[in-house]
Amino acid sequence: MPGIVEHYDVCVVGAGHAGCEAALAAARLGFETILFTISIDSIAMMPCNPNIGGSSKGHLVREVDALGGEMGKNIDKTFIQSKILNKSKGPAVHSLRAQADKASYSMEMRKTLQAEKKLTIKQAEVAEILTEDGKKRITGVKTVSGGMYYCKAVVLCTGTYLKARCLTGEMVTHTGPNGLQAANNLSDSLEAHGIEIYRFKTGTPARMDGNTIDFTKMKEQFGDEQIVPFSFTTNPEDIQIDQVSCWLTYTNEKTHEIIRNNLDRSPLFAGVIEGTGPRYCPSIEDKVMKFADKDKHQVFIEPEGIHTNEMYVGGMSSSLPEDVQYQMYRTVPGLEHAKIVRNAYAIEYDCINPNQLYPSLEFKTIRGLFSGGQFNGSSGYEEAAAQGLIAGINACMYIQGKEPLVLDRSESYIGVLIDDLVTKENHEPYRMMTSRAEYRLLLRQDNADLRLSKKGYEAGLLSKERYDWVVKKEELIAGEMDRIAKVMVGANQNVQAFLKECNSIPLNTGTSLVELIRRPELNYDMLKPIDPNRPDLPDEVREQVNINVKYEGYITRQKKQVEQFKKLEKKKLSADFDYSEIHGLRIEAIQKLNQIKPVSIGQASRISGVSPADISVLLVYLEQMKYNSRKEA
Amino acid sequence: MKTDTIAAIATAMTNSGIGIVRISGDEAILVADRIIELKEKGRKLLDCPSHTLHYGFVKDGTDTVDEVMVLLMKSPRSYTREDTVEIDCHGGTLVMNKILELALKHGARPAEPGEFTKRAFINGRIDLAQAESVIDVINAQNDFALKASMDQLKGSLSEVIRSIRGKILHEIAFIESAIDDPEHYQLEDYGTRLFKKLNVILEEIEKLLKNAENGSVLKEGINTVIVGKPNSGKSSLLNAMVGKERAIVTDIAGTTRDAIEEQIRLNQISLNVIDTAGIRNTEDVVEKIGVDKAKEYAEQADLVIYVVDASEALTEDDFEIIEMLQDRNVIVLLNKSDLPAVISENDLHNKLDKPIISVSAKYKQGMEQLEETVEELFFHGKIQLNHEIYITNSRHKYSLQEVKQSLSLVRKSIEDGMPEDFYSIDLMNAYEELGRIIGEAVEDDLVNEIFRKFCMGK
Repeated sequence: MPGIVEHYDVCVVGAGHAGCEAALAAARLGFETILFTISIDSIAMMPCNPNIGGSSKGHLVREVDALGGEMGKNIDKTFIQSKILNKSKGPAVHSLRAQADKASYSMEMRKTLQAEKKLTIKQAEVAEILTEDGKKRITGVKTVSGGMYYCKAVVLCTGTYLKARCLTGEMVTHTGPNGLQAANNLSDSLEAHGIEIYRFKTGTPARMDGNTIDFTKMKEQFGDEQIVPFSFTTNPEDIQIDQVSCWLTYTNEKTHEIIRNNLDRSPLFAGVIEGTGPRYCPSIEDKVMKFADKDKHQVFIEPEGIHTNEMYVGGMSSSLPEDVQYQMYRTVPGLEHAKIVRNAYAIEYDCINPNQLYPSLEFKTIRGLFSGGQFNGSSGYEEAAAQGLIAGINACMYIQGKEPLVLDRSESYIGVLIDDLVTKENHEPYRMMTSRAEYRLLLRQDNADLRLSKKGYEAGLLSKERYDWVVKKEELIAGEMDRIAKVMVGANQNVQAFLKECNSIPLNTGTSLVELIRRPELNYDMLKPIDPNRPDLPDEVREQVNINVKYEGYITRQKKQVEQFKKLEKKKLSADFDYSEIHGLRIEAIQKLNQIKPVSIGQASRISGVSPADISVLLVYLEQMKYNSRKEA
Repeated sequence: MKTDTIAAIATAMTNSGIGIVRISGDEAILVADRIIELKEKGRKLLDCPSHTLHYGFVKDGTDTVDEVMVLLMKSPRSYTREDTVEIDCHGGTLVMNKILELALKHGARPAEPGEFTKRAFINGRIDLAQAESVIDVINAQNDFALKASMDQLKGSLSEVIRSIRGKILHEIAFIESAIDDPEHYQLEDYGTRLFKKLNVILEEIEKLLKNAENGSVLKEGINTVIVGKPNSGKSSLLNAMVGKERAIVTDIAGTTRDAIEEQIRLNQISLNVIDTAGIRNTEDVVEKIGVDKAKEYAEQADLVIYVVDASEALTEDDFEIIEMLQDRNVIVLLNKSDLPAVISENDLHNKLDKPIISVSAKYKQGMEQLEETVEELFFHGKIQLNHEIYITNSRHKYSLQEVKQSLSLVRKSIEDGMPEDFYSIDLMNAYEELGRIIGEAVEDDLVNEIFRKFCMGK
């Protein structure tokens, strides 16, 4: 049968948050790229919550931005409310979250993709991957209609579409999110290539008609007065918009009773669902059953956009049947007469065991095949974007025969995310959390540009102009740190009066400016009146100076820990090792090491089932290898 | 704060004449200077040339712990190729242990199993032929350390530590839940509440540390268990070894229903001897518990003394015991040598290939030979756990000190008005350190705890 045959450098399968970043990165790095989507109208769709960011996810967006990704810029163009979470806590956990206008978000991303010269967008379902060398090297993809698209690298970002199944009570449809067509072919092709498939599950709440909601019974949730952009390149002055509100209400005993009485009709509890669901965003059925002692749960009513009447019912995702959903939602104050526009549903889908990937997100067994997003067993738009970006960049690195971009746990949340995925056992959709980042004091959203711009510039995604500014910013910070270290403050009348005004204890003797900044009630900016020689510095520089001084002790400690960490990360392991040949390793360790094929001793040490003694053995073995190769040379 | 300077007792853990505590790493000399006062007043090891021997005193504050000779070896001319200080002290388990603890208190950390050798290797000191044996050392010592740690911690101590650990984890999980989902969990006034809870935990830690000082956490000595079927003369043997009537000795089989523990000092080694109820299949419930215990003790012991009544033929019960002891460190005593023998040494040796000694516990005959055999086993390295017990003991103390330090830092963070996310840094350190004591890794504890205890998410 004659069919279409085309040639590209990179094929990206799926145009969700991962696929968009992957395709943009590849095209921007100069590679002819084709982006496949099952529906051209669902590019960068947000099928679940209508927001971007939040605790630790906001960090990911900032990091994507610092590397030259698109998500931060796109949400800055399309948000309708913005808020910094955890403001009362330390700077490491401040997290930006913005409500998006979903339709605009999708449309703006589409415009950006369309404007990219080397990028082709194609509506088609990819059915097979094409390989050669005994299925060890990728050569392209084949669509359901028989089109052959040959390329050098493929990035799979299929989200929740593979063999997707949506469940609302007894009603089961074989569709992807939002009733879109599922992709029912690709899983089989992957399995035929020896790829291990997992089945995961997630869910989403109902969308209500906003015109039928009584908001007077709910508590209004405003955005921040001063809006902070996600992207380091967005000028804050340009985005001080009029914001829309969200609303807070609660479930009650009546709600819980209805749920309990209808559990047998929930596919989750009736055993219809095989997939593993995420513990961090449980369905309301789960919450009621697992936390039976709680007499109420929070419900956030969030707008889905400016031009739609739909409201997202945050906190009440469910797979109960339509009639029970009506009963249940209508017990919530403000929703007594609410009409459901779209039902809540649970969705099951195929994804992979991400242990099959290198930290570059390339498959260990198939050269040139990369993957990102929910396909890798993660969850969340931000997690997807982060992986898509890295997979896209590394597809290009692979084509050029260059070293892949691998971020480690001490330099980014992206590093933590990917390391966790490829190293640890994961049996539920993986969500980013700040507690997963052991060096989180150093991985703040405020310094993502300082941490990652160099990498983004070297990869070729960040402009020279942008990078030059970050270098300049670093110099300004260092310069000001030097200056204030030398500034002494005398215990004179002027100073004492100033401290009194700030509710701070007066000085006994002279002290350094740095000491005063460290006082909890004071900060760098406040001390301007008693620091006459202070230079005029941009906000972002002053912020860094303040944080560096205030938390110096903790930061120094974490930096020391990072040094220790780096020692083991630098000890590289070859993928060719057959660990069963290393004398002294325990059997469990051999199995795990052969399965994961860690790239460094550091990664090996994080595999469950590999003990410190095994690591010692590996270290000794590594030294032995080094010695041997020296001798041979 | 962890340093990369390590310390350990380098000689066998016996009450012999001389013992060596070795310190190695970047700060080895600094650490030594902090705990040793050289005879030559005011002189510091730091100012001394390499490969010199010095006379001085180990000091704990103003108290003199021991009179010592100190060997100074500067990098790279040492075993590990790092700065190394060896403190030759007057042996004695208590003194060596005390000196090690002082080193740990002043900036060193306990060496991992085989770590000196590992460092020597990694720093290029040992040649390749030895590489594989290095791996063996690491594995063997690690197994010992783990086993020793487990054995000692089966009791109440590990329960206390688990409970403290659980409390700490709960607090971290709460803080982290509030950070991850600030709209569900709030931290108002949390610092004050945590401060109070920390005070309670710190009191518990203090108590543990005090116990550790008194030595009641661990006892020195080789854990030795006496087993044998009822009325074979186990209790008489114990009495003969101790030299006083301790266990109830009667002719009625099954008199000893509980395990009796006694510390016995041989020439150079001490044994913690547990006398157990005789092993036989029994219907008597109380006695049955004793028998099960005996089996359990025998499983865990460093050394098993198996007492056989030479005047009676072997029975099913004996065969069961013999089966159980095949892979253990065992000395077989053919007791009642004063009576006409039914069993010969050869008979028994065919069934259980272990040292066999004929004794009469009643007349205290053959006791010297028993001592010699124990020492031989010990010095030939067949029984080494004694050494590791000490190491683990110091390790535990070191860990408890670290926990105390970390929790104090949390209190300081609260007092200094630091934001709550800073608390979890030191709480996590404390949690990890407690895990080291009971040999449990952290893995995904926190994430699991968060999801188990706190209802999160969209």
